[in-house]
Amino acid sequence: MATEATLAIFLCTTPALLYLTAALRQHSRGKRWSRWRSGSFCFGMLLILYAIFPSHAAHGAHGFTAHMNQHLLIGMLAPTFLVMGAPVSLLLRSLPQAQGKICVRLLHTRLLRIWCHPMTAFGLNFGGMFLLYLTPLYRLSLEHPALHHFIHLHFLLAGYLFAWSLVGPDPTPVRLRMRTRLAILLLAMASHGIFSKQMYIHAFPYDTPHSVDDIRTAAQRMYYGGDFAEVLLAILLFHQYFRRTRRHPASHRALALAN
Amino acid sequence: MTLREHSVIPGIFLGIGIMAAVDEIIFHQLLAWHHFYDKATPTIGLLSDGLLHAMELLLLVGGFFLLLEQRRLKLTNSALTWGGFFVGAGGFQLFDGLINHKVLRLHQIRYNVDVMPYDIAWNTGASILVLIGIWILLRRKRRGY
Repeated sequence: MATEATLAIFLCTTPALLYLTAALRQHSRGKRWSRWRSGSFCFGMLLILYAIFPSHAAHGAHGFTAHMNQHLLIGMLAPTFLVMGAPVSLLLRSLPQAQGKICVRLLHTRLLRIWCHPMTAFGLNFGGMFLLYLTPLYRLSLEHPALHHFIHLHFLLAGYLFAWSLVGPDPTPVRLRMRTRLAILLLAMASHGIFSKQMYIHAFPYDTPHSVDDIRTAAQRMYYGGDFAEVLLAILLFHQYFRRTRRHPASHRALALAN
Repeated sequence: MTLREHSVIPGIFLGIGIMAAVDEIIFHQLLAWHHFYDKATPTIGLLSDGLLHAMELLLLVGGFFLLLEQRRLKLTNSALTWGGFFVGAGGFQLFDGLINHKVLRLHQIRYNVDVMPYDIAWNTGASILVLIGIWILLRRKRRGY
């Protein structure tokens, strides 16, 4: 228990400390780095720490509602805050020019282009959810802690990719038009709502030690929690759209036409 | 003038969004009288419910942002926005009442009761909202502001 707690703290504070060091170095070089970005990244890490902290994680093995809280925090809410911290931009700024160029080239490789497409991220998220809740995978994850951790890591990465490709301030290999991004967000919101209602009705995952009541509470948590996280994404998306057109009044019309 | 500079647009967005939210919260969730689509299996009803809900949230967020942006650019015209709001709210309700309920017969307002008085109340209410919106818009035009 104590070692697990230490490990959780180590896993979450290391990225945060690295991030803060890089941000402070920007300041000492006389370049600006927004405090909001730093705050957002650290808050995202804090959310993950809260979700994986052993006292909650152990609870997760007993209750499905607790598992759903973890899932929402790790897969939806925390990634949005991490993305808004713009860690890739900070990395590119902190690296020497040569390594920075390698990073940029890496960002434009075909593999990453496909991987960072919001539809891929959407597929990873919902494909993952189908596999987890509609196959015996969830039950297996209760028996095998390694699988449990791997699943959370998967949802963290998939959630990060989704938020990055939709609303990320960081450079992305693919930048889609506002209209396309709105459509994908709409699809994700609708899918989440429908999936959680199906979970409520059919009380899946089956063959688990959880009671039907527990699963229903979790499904409702998923419905409303998912809404909350997705409205947050919508707010960020519109915010960026208007700020971008405001900064370049000349491209205002072009953007309006493009969208 | 582009669409995003026109004050009637955020009004329409917010009107549709808020009416859809009211419909969903009162009739779908609190009273549980109907879903967006009841005639086929409940699964399909839930699919369209999910889409309606997602659409409504995006219209609400987008409408508020558009309104704020127009305020910042000093393009707001509250009569236009209010007119758009009523037309949007009533228009959505009327579309729901006539096209969804009666033409496509996707669902009815309530089941196992005589639905006629409900239909009349629903569509009259919707028409009144649209008329209020049109009246606001026309009054604005007549007074020339």
